[in-house]
Amino acid sequence: MDALVEIRNLSKVYERGTQKVEVLHRVNLDIGNGDFLALMGPSGSGKTTLLNLIGGLDSPTDGSIQIAGERIDQLGEGALAKWRASNVGFVFQFYNLLPMLTARRNVELPLLLTRLGSAQRKRNADIALQLVGLGDRAAHKPSELSGGQQQRVAIARAIVSDPTLLVCDEPTGDLDRQSAADVLTLLQQLNREHGKTVIMVTHDPKAAEFARHTLHLDKGTLVEDAAKVEA
Amino acid sequence: MLRKLGLALGAVACVLVPIAVLIVLPWWLLPVIAVLLAGWMAFTRVGVQTWSVTQVGIATIPQRLGSASVVVVGIAGVVGVLVALLAMGAGFAATLRQSGSDDTAIAIRAGAQTEINSVLDHATATLVSQAPQVLKNAQGEPIASPELVVVASLPKKASGLDANVEIRGIGERAWELRPNVKLIAGRKFAPGLRELIVGKGAATQFAGLGIGSSLKLNGQLWSIVGEFDSGDANNSDLWGDTAVVGSTYRRGSSMTSVTVRLTDAAAFDAFKAGIASDRRLQVDVSTTRDYYNAQARNLTQTIRVLGTTVGIIMAIGAVFGALNTMYAAVATRTREIATLRAIGFRGVPVVVSVLLETILLAILGGALGALIAWAVFDNYTASTLGTNFSQVVFAFHVTPALLWGGLKWALAIGVIGGLFPALRAARVPVTAGLREL
Amino acid sequence: MKYLHLVLAALVRRKTRTLFTLFSVLAAFLLFGLLDSVRTFFDQAGSGVAGVDRLITISRVSFTLSLPKSLLQRIQATPGVAEVTYANWFGGIYQDPKNFFANQAVAENFFDLYPERILPAEQRRAFHDTRTGAVVGQSLVEKFHWKIGDKIPLQATIFPQKGGSNTWTFDLVGIYRMADPKTRAQENALFFNWDYFDEARTFGNGNVGWYVTKVRDRNQANRVAQAIDALSENSDHETKTQTEQAFAASFVSQFADIGLIVGAIMGAVFFTLVLLTGNTMAQAVRERIPEIAVLKTIGFTNRSVLGLVLSESAALLVLGSVLGLVSASIVVGSLRTAFGTGIPMQEIGGGIWLRGVLLAVLIGLLVGALPALRGMRLRIVDALAGR
Repeated sequence: MDALVEIRNLSKVYERGTQKVEVLHRVNLDIGNGDFLALMGPSGSGKTTLLNLIGGLDSPTDGSIQIAGERIDQLGEGALAKWRASNVGFVFQFYNLLPMLTARRNVELPLLLTRLGSAQRKRNADIALQLVGLGDRAAHKPSELSGGQQQRVAIARAIVSDPTLLVCDEPTGDLDRQSAADVLTLLQQLNREHGKTVIMVTHDPKAAEFARHTLHLDKGTLVEDAAKVEA
Repeated sequence: MLRKLGLALGAVACVLVPIAVLIVLPWWLLPVIAVLLAGWMAFTRVGVQTWSVTQVGIATIPQRLGSASVVVVGIAGVVGVLVALLAMGAGFAATLRQSGSDDTAIAIRAGAQTEINSVLDHATATLVSQAPQVLKNAQGEPIASPELVVVASLPKKASGLDANVEIRGIGERAWELRPNVKLIAGRKFAPGLRELIVGKGAATQFAGLGIGSSLKLNGQLWSIVGEFDSGDANNSDLWGDTAVVGSTYRRGSSMTSVTVRLTDAAAFDAFKAGIASDRRLQVDVSTTRDYYNAQARNLTQTIRVLGTTVGIIMAIGAVFGALNTMYAAVATRTREIATLRAIGFRGVPVVVSVLLETILLAILGGALGALIAWAVFDNYTASTLGTNFSQVVFAFHVTPALLWGGLKWALAIGVIGGLFPALRAARVPVTAGLREL
Repeated sequence: MKYLHLVLAALVRRKTRTLFTLFSVLAAFLLFGLLDSVRTFFDQAGSGVAGVDRLITISRVSFTLSLPKSLLQRIQATPGVAEVTYANWFGGIYQDPKNFFANQAVAENFFDLYPERILPAEQRRAFHDTRTGAVVGQSLVEKFHWKIGDKIPLQATIFPQKGGSNTWTFDLVGIYRMADPKTRAQENALFFNWDYFDEARTFGNGNVGWYVTKVRDRNQANRVAQAIDALSENSDHETKTQTEQAFAASFVSQFADIGLIVGAIMGAVFFTLVLLTGNTMAQAVRERIPEIAVLKTIGFTNRSVLGLVLSESAALLVLGSVLGLVSASIVVGSLRTAFGTGIPMQEIGGGIWLRGVLLAVLIGLLVGALPALRGMRLRIVDALAGR
């Protein structure tokens, strides 16, 4: 498995008023194409920050991040937005669906940024919903769906524009055991059958078991340093 | 179905009843109500609860400054515009009303309606002045002034455009007839000469009317020799000698009206009857008060209609603004309200407190609007086309009655805008509210 | 536009709040429509297609002073003049002062200069042949249920007849109507023969109230006006000549600075409206910070977020303004039907619509600017973390 994500000497410092907090300290990491990686660590370890940086939601203070050959740490805000649209799909702990749109419309959102026509967008959204097993719920609003179902809609939204990378921040944090298992199985399926590279932050060791590899972060550094990942 | 109808009727009643109550509310009742309310909130159990809930509500206003200001400014706008417009009407009416009294009468040609249309000859003027009801002065002369009203076209100071100004040729007795007129600068015009004195109002509105300046009327040069203040519509006039004005305007010796002072107000009926029965005379007489009231009626009515219409539409807009704000306020405090009710507060304190809060904001807005209207517009002079197709200068008149009226509008908006959210607040199911935690 | 459903969904999100805000916007634009209708009426008073190639000549000193009839030939001889006519204000009353309508004594060729008043040829002849004949506008005839052949008595307010009577009786021989239905207000008038007037009046004989001149070339109107005034310079009957439009406007301007009053009221209204809708938009965006953050994570650029918020606020304003202007049209229409053409309101036409919607868009953009900037500038990471 060759490296999709190459991280070198990554540091992130936040300024809270006059104080400077170093959240990540010279992290080195390679993530292979097609990997399913779980990031674990205590609260404040910087795992969410690392995830945000890999997902292009933020820029590092120092170091480099190269994804599929592109140095995203050098991209400006507008370019990052464009990059995110075609390369990353996000799944959040609290689903973050738009409450006044139907499931289909929610899934369709990333496609609005493409040049696809209305009919094509609808078709793609339906395909994505079918993939996550909610093809018959396309017209429902989030308030009419259970927590697990909403998360699956969120996953459908994350994959609808066929990104290479799936970034998940505590995707099962708000779900009951059964729904959590469903969601994790789905992520696994997307990884094994569709070749999506999945990076998941979680505090639940049972969730981490679904992944291929697990890394631990503590106080801004990887516990196993420069872990190179094998297939 | 019936229930929906009942709800709709209830909603309509909620709007109409407060308005009806406020229309008849006299000003002194407001402090009485306030005192009663304060007493209720201090001494009864429900009242004390209401006060505590209200305090919580008011304490959160600084966090909701944006939406609170919507209510205040919205209502201030309504009251400000309303008071300003009605003050315009009140001022105009007051100016004209003061111009007349019950013990002076004016005679114009039968059917003329207004002085400018009227033509009277010398004989008629003499006959009218000699009526027994006309008061005589110390020398035994009747206090009567045959007058000639013409219109001249002069440029206004503000716009530079020409406007009509009234020139009144007055008789010798005119000063005795109008004791309220005071010469404030220069001197009176000399009879037989082309001299004019200008009213204070005309001097401020028109260009070129300073003492010492000259006016060219119909090719003849007239000079301004003095300025007078009459405190009424006559302030918009230029006064000169009737005969000289007549010759400049090629009117010969005819005049437009005769104004007389009666022995007393009660003598008017006899005066009128006497004139009517005299076949030599074709004149209409009325007290000057009635005459000027009639002249003003059209315009003041129009202004009142305009002001009220604009006020109503703005008020509707303000009501929706208040509804929005208070519904949002209630929504953000659902948790607190539910907690209070879980603790044991009943519906009434919640309803009353929301209502009180809205009314407080409304009073603030009303006071603000009234203050701005008073500060900017009271005694603001303007002029408009008034009697005899010429400019009448008047001052906006922001009366206490108007201010109280404006405040009542504010209260009405506050009550209507607060009632529905208040009722909603009382009906939020406790469990649903607590879940918001 | 493909983003339309996002904008609409945002508005529908809190139905009650959107509805209430919409009603406030509606009220503001209802007022705008009504007031602008009044203002436009006064602005255009006296203007008509023919209004700019006619000049009105009155006495410079006072409009109550008359002019000698001898001026007629001298004006006719002035270069640039096509035709001249004259008239006198009569000011008669029909039965009751409340029934006020304009009535004037006019010269024979009067209707030649007012082609917009359509009078059938044979009625025109009857007017010429009947000394006491009168021509009345269609609207007035309908109001009083008159018909051709009726005798119409008017009570004089200014001009009694020779012999002392105040009553002038006319024979209705012609009915005219206005070519342009929008100017139907001008049908509330009565015209009778000037010769009869001059013969039977007791004073002022041989003098006319004003002259109406038709110019050959309307671009030369001002020059011709000056030439006409030069004829009477330094005489005892100095004149003031201006286009008919300017003449009507000067009366209006003496009444009140309508534009100023309307402007001041609308200023207050729109100020409160900006505050109100600004508050609504600020609330709306504040509530949707997490959702806006999600859109940005998906890849929506800052500019698209800006555009979405501005569109939302503009859509709200435009919708409200359209509803308000429609209401205003209905109100103005019913007022004009109920009170006849005496009401000083212009029908809500293209001009007012254009101004209204443009204002709505401007206010929408203004009001949405700050919330939009806020949404645009939010840091995704902070917003997602709830900071």
